[in-house]
Amino acid sequence: MADGKYETVIGLEVHAQLATRSKMFCGCPTGFGAPPNSQTCPICQGMPGVLPVVNRTAVEYAVRTALAFGLRVNPACRFARKHYYYPDMPKNYQISQYEEPLAEEGALDVEGPDGLRRIGIQRLHLEEDVGKLVHEGDFGTAQSSLVDYNRSGMPLMETVSRPDLRSPEDAAAYLRAFRAVLVALGVCDGNMEEGSLRCDANVSLRPRGATELGVKVEIKNLNSFRNVQRALEFEVKRQSAALDKGERIVQETRLYDADRGATRSMRSKEYAHDYRYFPEPDLVPLKLDRAWIEQQRAAIPELPRARRERFVVQYGLPPSDASLLAQSRALADYCDRAVRVYAQNPKGIVNWITSEVLREVDAADEVAVTNFQIPPENLAGLVKLIDDGTISGKIAKDVFARMLTSGEDAATIVKREGLTQMADPGALGSLVDQAIAGNPKAVADFKAGKTAAAKALVGQVMKASGGKANPAMVDRLVQEKLSRS
Amino acid sequence: MRTIHELTTAFAKGDASPVAVAEEYLARIGALDAKVGAYLTVTRDEALAAARAAEARYRARAPLGPLDGAPIALKDVFCTRGVRTTSGSRILDTYVPPYDATIVARLKAAGAVILGKTNMDEFAMGSSTEHSAFQLTRNPWDLARVPGGSSGGSAAAVAGGLAAGSFGTDTGGSVRQPAAFCGVVGMKPTYGRISRYGLIAFASSLDHVAPLTLDIVDTALLLGATAGHDPLDATSVDAPVPDYVAALTGSVKGLRVGVPDEYFGEGLDPEIDRAVRVAIDRLRDLGASVERVSLPTTEYGVATYYIVAPAEASSNLARYDGVKYGLRVPGKDLIDMVSRTRAAGFGAEVKRRVMLGTYALSTGYYDAYYGQAQRVRTLVRRDFEKAFERVDVLATPTTPSVAFKHGEKADPLAMYMNDVYTIPASMTGLPAISVPCGFNAAGLPIGLQLIGRTLDEATLLRAAHAYEQATPWHAKRPSLG
Ligand SMILES: [Zn+2]
Repeated sequence: MADGKYETVIGLEVHAQLATRSKMFCGCPTGFGAPPNSQTCPICQGMPGVLPVVNRTAVEYAVRTALAFGLRVNPACRFARKHYYYPDMPKNYQISQYEEPLAEEGALDVEGPDGLRRIGIQRLHLEEDVGKLVHEGDFGTAQSSLVDYNRSGMPLMETVSRPDLRSPEDAAAYLRAFRAVLVALGVCDGNMEEGSLRCDANVSLRPRGATELGVKVEIKNLNSFRNVQRALEFEVKRQSAALDKGERIVQETRLYDADRGATRSMRSKEYAHDYRYFPEPDLVPLKLDRAWIEQQRAAIPELPRARRERFVVQYGLPPSDASLLAQSRALADYCDRAVRVYAQNPKGIVNWITSEVLREVDAADEVAVTNFQIPPENLAGLVKLIDDGTISGKIAKDVFARMLTSGEDAATIVKREGLTQMADPGALGSLVDQAIAGNPKAVADFKAGKTAAAKALVGQVMKASGGKANPAMVDRLVQEKLSRS
Repeated sequence: MRTIHELTTAFAKGDASPVAVAEEYLARIGALDAKVGAYLTVTRDEALAAARAAEARYRARAPLGPLDGAPIALKDVFCTRGVRTTSGSRILDTYVPPYDATIVARLKAAGAVILGKTNMDEFAMGSSTEHSAFQLTRNPWDLARVPGGSSGGSAAAVAGGLAAGSFGTDTGGSVRQPAAFCGVVGMKPTYGRISRYGLIAFASSLDHVAPLTLDIVDTALLLGATAGHDPLDATSVDAPVPDYVAALTGSVKGLRVGVPDEYFGEGLDPEIDRAVRVAIDRLRDLGASVERVSLPTTEYGVATYYIVAPAEASSNLARYDGVKYGLRVPGKDLIDMVSRTRAAGFGAEVKRRVMLGTYALSTGYYDAYYGQAQRVRTLVRRDFEKAFERVDVLATPTTPSVAFKHGEKADPLAMYMNDVYTIPASMTGLPAISVPCGFNAAGLPIGLQLIGRTLDEATLLRAAHAYEQATPWHAKRPSLG
């Protein structure tokens, strides 16, 4: 970690695979995990004579994202060819955007330890992904290599942040907030394991108080939140140790090796290119009509920050709970659906989500949350049964466990299993009488002023009722009977 | 030697049979193409199958249109599904495309009988077809001379009666110049008029699909059948396609013809100068008005073209690396394999242009070369726009010289200068046509070039047709024996 001496400066480049049905410049499907080269055509294989055609949905998604981050959407943008030789890239150039990107200058508000921080976003552009190369051993010495072009031509949206991040945790928080916005917009599934979200980081150190930026190092291949943070932590340590020894930082590209938990320098051969950018002559400039852009703005759903605020105001949630829910579109949707069915106790519902539901599913796993065995309507039903005194909180946990396995709603389970709590003063009264009769010591303690003794009696009654007694009523009866006896 | 419209009219009347005609052409190719060298691949079986299908349609009185059964040759730059397509290069010697170019699909849909694939300068880079990796093509008017290029095989096939019509590509003059050299009609329509999908790219912003025919009616037919928007080509123009044959009224009354001074200067063969001026007089006699105009940026055309075209070519040809298709020469590692493959697979002219283009796009040079060239292109376009405020078409020579001998232009620069009159219309994307306008003393054909307004192919065809009908040139054919 940077100690007091240095300030860490980080900027992130995030590549998000857009959740379109077809690829960026051809009609091939975009599903994950298909057999090698089964989702390809002459266009994404770079055959002689083929031409690209822009996927309008990808443009829509990119424009929505740009608007969500407050970026200025350029009325016209252009694609450009970026050249370098690598066999995973069938044309040996990538269609990307260079001098005229789709959108520029916006920001993302990220919650850090010191509250909200505004992180600048410099630009957003569209490009195509490359294929995947599988070689035995190193690039230079491999005896054979195979190429899978399924990923070739997948639509990618690259977003470049300003160097406004000040720590590895900051960077991870930015990426989380960024992902939450993309998922909320529905433009990316946010799945880092499958490579839907990939990240390169630029990191430099400078003496605290300095205004000039230090020499930056680019780290590639960061494919999980954990890796982003760990790679940056390693790199900050490495750079500060070097600076301490009076060494100069070399401007270079480093690769993060997750197994070793370290970054290593890439040989210059692997990245030193003159990309020879020039405007893609096979595509006309992309002109975006104002009215169309406004249509896209109108299609933007509630975003995580707004949702968090609403949760605080409308549901009376503490900000921490509101943030936790708003980070995940699926979780926030779950919460909203449950509250829609039972609006009287949103806090109670959220407590059940943050404690019991999140014990069962990972908050970051949108799919798992969406497919959770207990639908939000049923969770709402459970909370309602507690609130109207039908079951106790303790019984409710058992009911929740049964709902998980059977998929039934709470009322059905409670009714069949006879779990309705005892709220009959007569029946409860006799249980209380029995407890008082069987515990003279507790009664004596109570009379002597030890009010806590009443709790022991309540516990006895609850136990005797098999947990079904209404705890509030038992409490009242015990107090009454003790003061009368 | 019959035109496409004569043949298909005869098919419709039952006076000729598509199968018999296809067999005639195939026999002629078998007998004479050893002399001419127009074809790289002859698709005999496919052609006969297509001819039989056409014949059945005529019998059923349901032909697909005026191209049904027409025997046509395609430059080997168009991808043909299942048929070897080389672009004249060793690097694609064995390449068999898995798809048809849009132009091929449209011709097939119109019933055309594709006889085979014609020779060309490698990746369309050249003006003589001498840069083909495979063979020389000879000019049917004089076998010691080049047919022009890069669509030399297509022009020689049409002139030599080895196909009734053909499609080539014109990037800097690659259809108009061979048309002039071989005494046939060659038309480069407006950029984007015919889809480029499936055309093996040389220079994307300059490549045009262009027909070569024996007369203007055939050009109108081929253009009409293939023009129009293609969703697979983002640069294709989404504009209605007029009935080009109906536009051939035979009259040029009131047509304003501009004659640009800059096209009649130093370097122009005096015999061509004379023939073209006589042709312009003929247009005046037919009722057109003629006036002098100036296109001052003409002198920058060749230099600008030789920045833009190689720059785009260096990018377009990057995909030929031995990894996916075509030639592969093994190496000690990947980079070595790519280097060896490209060294063995590309000819000298292609290498020269790839290097030129790579240099022009390099960091630090981009703005001075490619950037500047694009700015000059805008100025050239403005010159033409200004001229077209006063005139409807421009009349110029197609080439500064007639067909030269094989090996005569060994100096690349001398070869490049042959495109001086055709390059401006390529750079501006304006439609332009070359029509035969006479012969020099040695009996070699001369071409008149007419350049028109964007998307106004109809006016161009009308003027060329009126001229053709008033002159004997299109009826003269070389004798190949
Ligand atoms: Zn594809």
